[in-house]
Parts: sequence; C-alpha cells; structure tokens
Amino acid sequence: MPEETYEHHPYDVVVIGAGGAGLRAAVEASDAGAKTAIICRSLLGKAHTVMAEGGIAAALGNLWPEDNWKVHFRDTMRGGKLLNNWRMAELHAKESPDRVLELEQWGALFDRTPAGKISQRDFGGHRYARLAHVGDRTGLEMIRTLQQRAVALGIDVFMELTVTDLLKDGERIAGVLAYWRESGKFVVFESPAVVLATGGIGKSWKVTSNSWECTGDGHALALRAGAALLNMEFVQFHPTGMVWPLSVRGLLVTESVRGDGGVLRNSEGKRFMFDYIPEFFKAETADSVEEADRWYDDKSNNRRPPELLPRDEVARSINSEIKAGRGSPHGGVFLDIASRRSPEFIKRRLPSMYHQFKELADVDITKEPMEIGPTCHYVMGGVEVDADTQVSRVPGLYAAGEVAGGMHGANRLGGNSLSDLLVFGRRAGEFAASYVKSLGAGRPKISEADLKRAVGEALAPLQSGKAEENPYALHQELQETMQDLVGIIRVEAEIQEAIGRIAALQARATRVSVDGGRRYNPGWHLSLDLRNMLLVSQAVAIAALERQESRGAHTRDDFPMTDPYWGTQNIVLELKAAPDGGAPTLTKRRQELPKAPPELAELLEGEH
Amino acid sequence: MSYDLTLNIWRGDANGGDFAEYVVPAEEGQVVLDAVHRAQATMANDLAVRWNCKAGKCGSCSAEINGRPRLMCMTRLSSLPQGEPVTITPLRTFPIIRDLVTDVSFNYERAKQVPAFTPTAEQPQAPFTMHQVDVQRSQEFRKCIECWLCQNVCHVIRDHEENKEHYAGPRFFIRYAELDMHPNDALDRKEFVQDVQGLGYCNITKCCTEVCPESIKITDNAIIALKERVVDAKYDPVVRFFRRRRPRSASSE
Amino acid sequence: MTAATTTPTPPRTGPRAAIAAKTLRKDRWRLEPTAYAILFLLFVGYVAWAAWENADYYARPYLSPLYSPCLASICANVRAGSHIVHPPRVGFIGTWWAVSPALLALIIPGGLRTTCYYYRKAYYRAIWRAPQACGVAEPHRRYTGETRFPLILQNLHRLFFILALLVNGVLTWDAFESFRWPGGWNMGVGSIILTLNAALLWMYSLSCHSCRHIIGGRLKHFSRHPVRFWLWGVVSKLNQSHMQIALVSMVWVALTDLYIRMVAVGWIPNPRFF
Repeated sequence: MPEETYEHHPYDVVVIGAGGAGLRAAVEASDAGAKTAIICRSLLGKAHTVMAEGGIAAALGNLWPEDNWKVHFRDTMRGGKLLNNWRMAELHAKESPDRVLELEQWGALFDRTPAGKISQRDFGGHRYARLAHVGDRTGLEMIRTLQQRAVALGIDVFMELTVTDLLKDGERIAGVLAYWRESGKFVVFESPAVVLATGGIGKSWKVTSNSWECTGDGHALALRAGAALLNMEFVQFHPTGMVWPLSVRGLLVTESVRGDGGVLRNSEGKRFMFDYIPEFFKAETADSVEEADRWYDDKSNNRRPPELLPRDEVARSINSEIKAGRGSPHGGVFLDIASRRSPEFIKRRLPSMYHQFKELADVDITKEPMEIGPTCHYVMGGVEVDADTQVSRVPGLYAAGEVAGGMHGANRLGGNSLSDLLVFGRRAGEFAASYVKSLGAGRPKISEADLKRAVGEALAPLQSGKAEENPYALHQELQETMQDLVGIIRVEAEIQEAIGRIAALQARATRVSVDGGRRYNPGWHLSLDLRNMLLVSQAVAIAALERQESRGAHTRDDFPMTDPYWGTQNIVLELKAAPDGGAPTLTKRRQELPKAPPELAELLEGEH
Repeated sequence: MSYDLTLNIWRGDANGGDFAEYVVPAEEGQVVLDAVHRAQATMANDLAVRWNCKAGKCGSCSAEINGRPRLMCMTRLSSLPQGEPVTITPLRTFPIIRDLVTDVSFNYERAKQVPAFTPTAEQPQAPFTMHQVDVQRSQEFRKCIECWLCQNVCHVIRDHEENKEHYAGPRFFIRYAELDMHPNDALDRKEFVQDVQGLGYCNITKCCTEVCPESIKITDNAIIALKERVVDAKYDPVVRFFRRRRPRSASSE
Repeated sequence: MTAATTTPTPPRTGPRAAIAAKTLRKDRWRLEPTAYAILFLLFVGYVAWAAWENADYYARPYLSPLYSPCLASICANVRAGSHIVHPPRVGFIGTWWAVSPALLALIIPGGLRTTCYYYRKAYYRAIWRAPQACGVAEPHRRYTGETRFPLILQNLHRLFFILALLVNGVLTWDAFESFRWPGGWNMGVGSIILTLNAALLWMYSLSCHSCRHIIGGRLKHFSRHPVRFWLWGVVSKLNQSHMQIALVSMVWVALTDLYIRMVAVGWIPNPRFF
C-alpha cells in the first residue's frame, strides 16, 4: 500500500457542521478576526436545519407586549421539567430576540404583522405567540440567510467532507482529520479550536424525522476526544410524524398545524387531549373545548388548548390512544385542521404541509384529516458545555446546537431549537475565536502517530476484504433495536436487552467490509457513521437505564412517576480507559444539577 | 402489495460508464429514492447517490428520471408508466463525479458573486418596518431549496458548456429578483445581472419553471420581472428620454 | 506525508456523464412543439396572404382588423361587392404607398406578438428548437440568446405594448362602427365577431408581462401604492392566462378577417338582426 498523503489546512477555528449553529458560529468567529473554516458532510445549505418548519422562539413581544424574556425563560424551564441548565435557559431567553433581528439585518424575510413587524405564531408550551416564522419553512429561511452571510464574509466552506477524528496535543485540541466524500482522500486541519455543530442522533431509530446526517457524529467525536455527554436519555419524540405511506413514515408534520388551530382526534372522533392534561400543567391548560377554541383569539382570558401541551405530553397521549385501540387505520391518530380552518388559510399558513401530503400521501389536508404518530425528532442530551462559552471539558473543543446538552432539560419546546442554534452558535464562535487569540504562539501540534492511527481505523472497512458484515444490514438492526427497546416508553428489561444487542452489533461492526474503492462510496461512509451511531446509542441506553423515573421525554414504565431526587441529578457519560489497558468503555456518573439563583427560581413558581 | 421494479441506473465516472439494471421489490406509496436505496442496500453497496432529507426540503437528490429532471424523493413510483423500467441518470449539465452524483460547484461559485443584501439609509438597522405585501414577492423566491434542477435543465448551459462563463442561471436570477424586490435593499444590481450574470442569454423557454419542485414561477415572476426592470435601467427609450431631463434612478418611485 | 494548501472547493470542469442519447424522455414530448409549429405556420401563412391581397377586407359595416387602422389612401381600393355601399375611411398617408395598407397596419400588432414573452417561449421552442422541449438537446452549435442584435430588440416589447393600446382603441372604434348603418343602427354576426375581437385584444394587451410591470411590478413598495397594487393584482391574475388569451385572440383575428372576407366576396350572406 502506498503511503497515505494528506491535504493540510491551517485554520484558527474549524466549525464542524453547517446547520444553523455551525453557520452562526462561523460567522461570529470570522467577524472576530479568526481564520475560519466550515466543514459539512453535505452540500452547503442542505443541513438538517432546513427541515425546521414552525419558527424561531424569541420574546420579541410584537403581538403580545406582555411577553418578555422572563416569560420565555419560565416556559422553557417548565417545558424542560426544570432539568435545564438555568444559565443557558436564561441566556437563550435574553438573547434570542437580538439573534432573530440579526437575521433580518442579513436579509431574512419573515412573515409580517399588519404593523410591518415580524409576525409571531403560537406553539406548544409557549405562553404567548412567540415564533418568528416564514410560512412553514422557517428553517430554510434561516439556513439560507446564514449561508448567504457566510459566503458574503468569504468564509471557506469544505463541502462533502466527513470528519472522522478530533486530534489532540495533550489535553488540548490540535486539529481535525476528515476525508473528502468524493475522492476518499484525507484532509488534516490544524486548528486549535473546533466547534462541534453536528446536530442530532435520530438516524439510530427506525421512525424518525431526521435525515441521514443525524448520526451523532459530534456526540461520538466529543466522547472519543475526552469530553462528557449529559442526559442522553432525553430523546424527544415529536407527536406528529406521518405514518402513511410507509415510505415516508416518520416525516415531520409541523407543530404549527396545532398552533394554527389543528386538533387531535381518535378513531371515535373524540378530541382526546382533554383526558391527558397532567397536574403540572392543569393551571395553564383549558379544560373545555369552548375555552380552548376561544384561546386562539383571546389569550388573556383563556387557557391554552391541551393540543398545545409540550411535545412529550402530546406524544405520550397519542401513544396511549393507539395502544388502547383507538388509533387510525395505519397506526396513528387523526390530526384535523380541515374542519377548523378555511382552505385558503391552510394553504397560506402551511404551504409545505399541504404540498407534502398532496405529493406523498395523496391526502388533501384542506379536506381530510392527516394520519399522524410520534416520530424520533431531537436529542435534548449532548456534550456537556459551559453555559456562557460553550466550551467542553477539552480546551479548544466547543459545542453548540443540538449536539450540546443542558439547554432544554428533559424536553425541548418547539421553536426553541432554532433560537438555541443562533444564541449558542454565536457564543461558541465568539469564545472559540478569543481562545485562539489567547494562545498566541503556543499552539498545539498534531502528532504523526495519532494521525496514522486515525487513518488506519478509517480505512479498515475497505481493507478487511472478507465481506462478512453488510453495513446497511447492521444499521437496520440498530434502528429496530432502538425503536423497539429504547423508544417512547421504556422499561428496565428492554433497555438491558438493547444494551446487549448494541454490544453485539459493535462487535460485528468491526468486521464490516464494503465493495468498491474510496471514491464516493456510500457503503464505506455508512460503515464509518455506524461506529458513531453505535457509541451514541449505547450512551442513550445506559443513561435511560440509569434514570429511574419518568420525566419529560424519558418515560419509564417501571418508574412512572417524577422523582424529586432525580430532578437534581444530571447523568454524565464519559469514555474511560479500561483498567486493564483495553478499549475504553463508556461509564456513567451522577452529577448535581446547578441551582438557579433565587431571582430566577422565583420566576418558576406560581401561576403567571 | 409488493411488485418487481426494474431500474436502469447510469453508473460510471469521468472515465465513462453505462447503464446497470437492478430489479428490486417495490411497495405501494414508494418514491424513486426508496427503490434506489433498496438497490444500494442489497445489490450495489457502493452506488453513489446524494440525498439528505427525503422529504423534498433540502434539494439534494436531484437526478434525471426517464429523462426528466426531478427530485428522486418526490417522484412517486405510481406517477411513472407502470410495468416499464425506470431510467435514472445523473444531472447532465454538471461534471460527473460518480454514478448519480455530479459536481455542482458551478452554482456555489456563482453564489459567491451575488452582491449581498444591503439595507437602505432610511432603515439601516433591524428591526425593519416591512409590510407583508412588500415582502411576499421575494418570499416566493426564498422558497428555493437549491436543488439545481433549473440550472440543470436550462439549455443555455446544458447544451452549451462554453456559456457557463457568461451565465448565472435561473436559480440566481430569482436571487437577484428577490434582492431587487426586497423592500429594504439599497443596491442596484440590474446592470450587473444583465452584463455580468448573463440575464440576456435567457430566452424564457420556461423549462426552469417546469422542473421547479417548489413550484416557484421562476420565469413569470422573477426572470421576466427582472428583464423588465433591466429594460427600465438600460433600454427603455421613454424612460431614457425623461431621465435625461430629470436625472434620477429608474427604479425609484 | 506532503503538505499542500488548496482552496476548499476548487471549481472543476471535468467531463459530464457519458450518455450518448440526446434525450432519455419517454413521453410524447414532440407533440406540443409540433402542434404549435403547425398552428403558427398556418396563422402566419393566412395573414400574409390576406394582408397581401389588398382587397375584400371591408363588408359594410365591418372592417377587417388586419387592415385597421386603415392608413393609406388606397384603402379606398375595395372591390365593390354586392353588399358594399361605401368605402371605409380614407387614410392619412397618401397615394405614395403602393402596396397593401395591411402591411403598415400589422407592424404594431405583429411587433407586439413577436416580442411577447409568451410567443417568444413558444416559437423559440416550436420553430427555433432552442430547446424543443425540456431536457432535449438543441441542435445549435452556438447560442447567445437575447444578448445581441437582432434578438436584443426583444427588449422593446413595452414600446409595442404602448402602441398596441392605440391600435386597440382603433379596433374598439371599428367594433363600435360595426353597430352603425347609414341612417340607423346595425346588429349582425359581424358586429358580435368584431366586438369579441376587440375585447380579446384588450385582454391580450392588458395581460402582458410588460403591462404587469408598468402597472405595478416595477414598484418596490406595494404598500405605498394601494391602487396600483390592486391593479397589479388584477393584471397578475389575467397574466396567468396570458398564453391562452394570446392563442385565442390570435386565432380570432384570423377568423374575423376570414368572415369579413367571405361576406365581402359574397360567399356567405351578411345576416343582420336589425
């Protein structure tokens, strides 16, 4: 075998991922004077952010002057079942309005109020209409605006490049190893600061709204580099994904359908959500159809419809209805907006939903109800970072967006994701750039030995030549395992079984081999992704077993109640070298949740 | 209800290639991308295909299906002639990388040439006061998912490689139209779009509109509108006459 | 290990996929351009013949739209058919104009339709084959579009649009005249045909893209011009049917001429309701 040659690129800051958080981080780092590169696995502008539909939550107060950051903070914390990192929730609520206006400054065109301000829409868990939006394609608007901004600033973008490893010099980040998907050739980035903005992990489940890119690369890279993951048991199942046809099972149906008046019904035609209002939200949820319907126009004197409870509650309720045999023909429930809003209204407010159902399911949502069911959507857990700077435990390693943990606690509110990307993407970029500046000439160096080892591991699937395991088959087995055993409702025995199966898959994954060469070979790409998916799935299962309570998105059939003790505990996962010097193993640990200062804590009490 | 579907997929790279036949089981409600994935997972692990969301939102899985530029994820098998093989080829206008994947960097290079949004002196700092009726024309163009199907189908560069030097293509004309109609943008890009970006090469034969998966009225609402605005700035004899008397920008009101 | 720094995405101009077929379309893509080519050739052929004839374009009280406005004094050159009582209005240009006055009258409508955005699409596809259909390779070796003479003149569309409004005025007058009879009123098949003709031509002009631009499309802020915004909305609606209106009005003009011609030579009677 000829000796491997690498392209070399020196940068100050390398951002991995070109979704909302990555682009925002890169823009900020570049503005701060750092030589910045963006690496993305797909073409620029295709990242999963593009799929976000509903809007960006920010207390602009354009429609409801009563709204402000304190209300947003409270909604976020309560939606997260108080397990959020309070400081992140505070920064998020305070800074998101400015981040939204920044987008407008760069050319974004949000829908407008009659007075010509940015319009805001209702969403689950938010006290006031708060989501800045563009129809139901807000994510597209956001990614396009940021992408165009990054291009205008002349930031270097490396497209269709996959990162396989983070390289260190002692404790500090020294660079990144990646390969061109097109040629299979390796690229080395020498950069003292790396921002992980790789998004989610949903591709390890069978029914998911996530694209193939959501393989948890950033989570796995962080673990392998010595950083910790936080609360990985909290995986959000979005209540409304398509269920039919099978080809599109899991595809997201935006929460805006409910925000704009849609209701959930079972096979008996009943608006069943009134039966599932939990004690925690009783005070702020309407208990009659009449009150719920009045709320859309008069929020001051009425309480929110139960369809707009946080996502975890709605997903569980739908699950219960289906289990009780009151589901729709294809195993979901009905989401009905046709009988409640005019066809013109629906087409204007929800154009992509109209299009999606028309094209893919032959359903006209202005005439018929949709069939929907829960779909794996978002991971609240992620890399443990400092709230203000987004730095992980590894100096030089930053994380922002879905890959970072803490912000959303046990459950994320709709709309808080896009604002999270902007607020913490910017912070990560800012602090990464200032960290590099502080280094001066003392930059970390990449070691040749690390590089050789990392390249060897990446090339393994192409070299075994035995064709023992098919990566596609392994991926499918992993998806079935996670779907069946670590899904919405969990129980100890099943999680144990999942942990066993994942271990077996990990062993088999070392024997994966693929045909073809290194040039644009998806089989090889999947083999490498699979390694990350397995590690992250293992993390989810271990954390799910550890947390012996039901809270937010984590529901244990064997521990159905919320436990105040667990309300003070984070679950931290790290890769620790085995005592006998063998392969590092994933270890768990409980860690006290930081306590909010009194002036913030009091915002969470009582009725508002 | 499963049935056997025959796919004829072009496989190869810059050194040449040919059609390969795959017979895969297909189910009701499936799209072309499902069938391609099936072939990839079971018969051709290394079949190169670019895709992301499989929901018609990211614009990655562009290809030519039975000779027509389409998104593979939005083309239902039931919409194709039943019982016939489905031919799938890579985008023809761009250099081939491998199998169904082409090098679309032409488009990203053109994107770098767009003079960015620049707020007016009246409202230099967000929040801007802008009315829905003033933003909705540009909003239509911002629906673009950059699938490059319009760029691929446009004969100006599809049939004339040498025109790539002079011609930005429909996707960028809607971008220039979007900026020109932005209620708070100050730059005038009309001469630039005509003289440098090659708007004049377009002969409005509307294939871009025909293939747009987002149903953007590219020709009627963007390109023709832009051509008319360019006439305002460059060609209109009446406007020219008055402009000489009363010097002011043709686009001001 | 070699060190090299390159740009992230070097623009590459490699070969395309080696696919020999000019198109892989399996549908009947030839149908549409062929149908349009036949229609346009028929229409142009008929109009050329009818305009060159310089006769039989008036049958009291109907004047063929191909000869209106009747500009040359040879407009008086009308064959005296059985129904013809008096010649139409005498033109302004004088006797120097020796050939058919229709050739003058047709400059404006002809210019309007030739530079019309819809017709451009249709004849570039059907006649010029650039391209014949989407995804079908065009046969030309070079292509410069509308960047140079003569096609750069397509940018004069709006000039023809404004002049065509005047022509529409004249044709509306002709339609009005078709209801008059010496000493009284007239209502015949021809009156209806001419009225419809004028209406269709108005619709064609007003639905045109230049009109849409001038009426409101050129504005940056609709909110500051509510009336023009409303009008723009109306024109935009019409504009969506621009193709259909273009074709119907075109065929109708030819049929109008044909009807008057047949009455003028006496092939069919000229029924009057009153």
